Amino acid sequence: MTATWLIARRELAGYLRTMSGYVIAAAALFVQGILFNALALGSEQSRLSTDVLSQFFWLYSGTTIVVSVLLSMRLLAEERQTGTMVLLASSPVHEHEIVIGKFVSSLFFLVLITLPSVFMPLLILVNGKLSLGHVAVGYLGLFLLGSACLAIGTLGSTLARTQLLAVIISGGMIAGMILLFPLGNLSERPVSDVLFALGLWHRHFPPFQSGLVNLRDIVYYLAVTYFALFIAIRVLEARRWR
Amino acid sequence: MIEVDKLTKYYGERTAIRELSFAIAKGEVVGFLGLNGAGKTTTLRVLACMLLPSSGTATVDGLEVSQHPHAIRRRVGFLPDTPPLYPEMTVGGYLAFAARLRGVPACQVDLRVGEAEEKTALGQAHSEVIGELSHGYRQRVGVAQAIVHRPPLLILDEPSAGLDPAQIVEMRNLLRGLRGEHTVLISSHFLTEISQTCDRLLVIHAGELVGQGSEDELASAMGQGSSSITVEVSGQPTGITQIVAGIAGVGKVSVEPSSGHGTTTLAIAADRDVRAEVARLLVSSGCDLLRLERNERRLESIFMNLTQSMSLTPSDAGGPK
Repeated sequence: MTATWLIARRELAGYLRTMSGYVIAAAALFVQGILFNALALGSEQSRLSTDVLSQFFWLYSGTTIVVSVLLSMRLLAEERQTGTMVLLASSPVHEHEIVIGKFVSSLFFLVLITLPSVFMPLLILVNGKLSLGHVAVGYLGLFLLGSACLAIGTLGSTLARTQLLAVIISGGMIAGMILLFPLGNLSERPVSDVLFALGLWHRHFPPFQSGLVNLRDIVYYLAVTYFALFIAIRVLEARRWR
Repeated sequence: MIEVDKLTKYYGERTAIRELSFAIAKGEVVGFLGLNGAGKTTTLRVLACMLLPSSGTATVDGLEVSQHPHAIRRRVGFLPDTPPLYPEMTVGGYLAFAARLRGVPACQVDLRVGEAEEKTALGQAHSEVIGELSHGYRQRVGVAQAIVHRPPLLILDEPSAGLDPAQIVEMRNLLRGLRGEHTVLISSHFLTEISQTCDRLLVIHAGELVGQGSEDELASAMGQGSSSITVEVSGQPTGITQIVAGIAGVGKVSVEPSSGHGTTTLAIAADRDVRAEVARLLVSSGCDLLRLERNERRLESIFMNLTQSMSLTPSDAGGPK
């Protein structure tokens, strides 16, 4: 536990000491602000506050996926690229402590840069009413989606030698998991049911976006997080003892 | 401290090290010599519990590397050929992180970091950001992270790589300062550094151990004598080789090909230090003695002799990169 905490703290400090963390945070808020203003608030027709809020979370889910890939690319690939992995590999630290420590730091940083976006849903209060429960559920959905994408990104970063390769691998895996749902439309039951259930976004995120909490969706995102981290740990173990 | 028995490591079908066997006693400073790709780094990484051997055993402080990797990692300080440094961290922050990772209790971290900085002369750089340090300072930070948890065994892979001559001398002094407190295994291409720092040598070639022992022992085994000196006299005095060869303990005497321009240079191999007797005898024989020096390039000659008989092929050996 101590090693996990040490690694998480160092990694988080790494995000805050270097420009990359600030650049990703600023870019995410800027892009989300532009999209929210143009697509959610910019409509000529009068709309229900809940629809605007739902669209905000729909837009922010895309931003969260991209930010997760960018935040996770450095986690282990950078350590391999710069040779600092040797420090961790030659220390009495378990592989799961390394992977979880790095994942926790990226998740914490994702939360840190998502929180300032709260002003956007609050803007809806200017001309409408707002359900705080809906806001909370939407952010819970973003947290769970972000957690799953960061775990997949951590796995991609474990597999890659460079950060660029990590982005490509992670982005490919996430895109592949999102496309499982459209692929299900082209298949027949029971294959289509499996593909619908495994899709990363279409079935599991929209309920959060609409303010609904389904245990099924929570379990799904936690399961994706668990399995991605589990495989990342195994990959790291295999490499350490190859 | 270290016992290696028939250690073998394969990377796929490549053999990186083959049935390596050696032992290192507590407190020894041992040099690990070999050409690039000879298997030095692989051996060091197995001993640092970063790689699992394919067969054979390696024990550190009585613990087998594949059975007790965590316990061994606590006892080992490892410096790879490129120091594992986070450029955005300060020297003090980085050393504290390394100390905590190696299990130093939080209450002792400041003390241990201070000690490591003092030994590596990094006190002034405590608050400096690593990314802004010179190469020599970074190398010192690398050594400091290896000793910060007071490990009984230090494994240093090319500690002087990329340093300028002044920094190499500093590093040599630093390594000498570690003697006594740690058992040290140093891999280096700088033969002078190895010669002046280590008690004993292990020479590896194409994954196999081709020689081990002190420099004198290796030289004796190769018929080079335990002492090698070079003598330069003016002119070309007749019978000079016979005069010198008559001294008790002198083995081989040969005239160097570089002789000429009115001088004669002799290479003398002996089983003891014969410099004083050679000087006395040459002067009493009427020779003008111009130069008499102990041959510092002997290790180079031993190394070349041990490794030149076998040619390294890329498919035969290699290290992890």
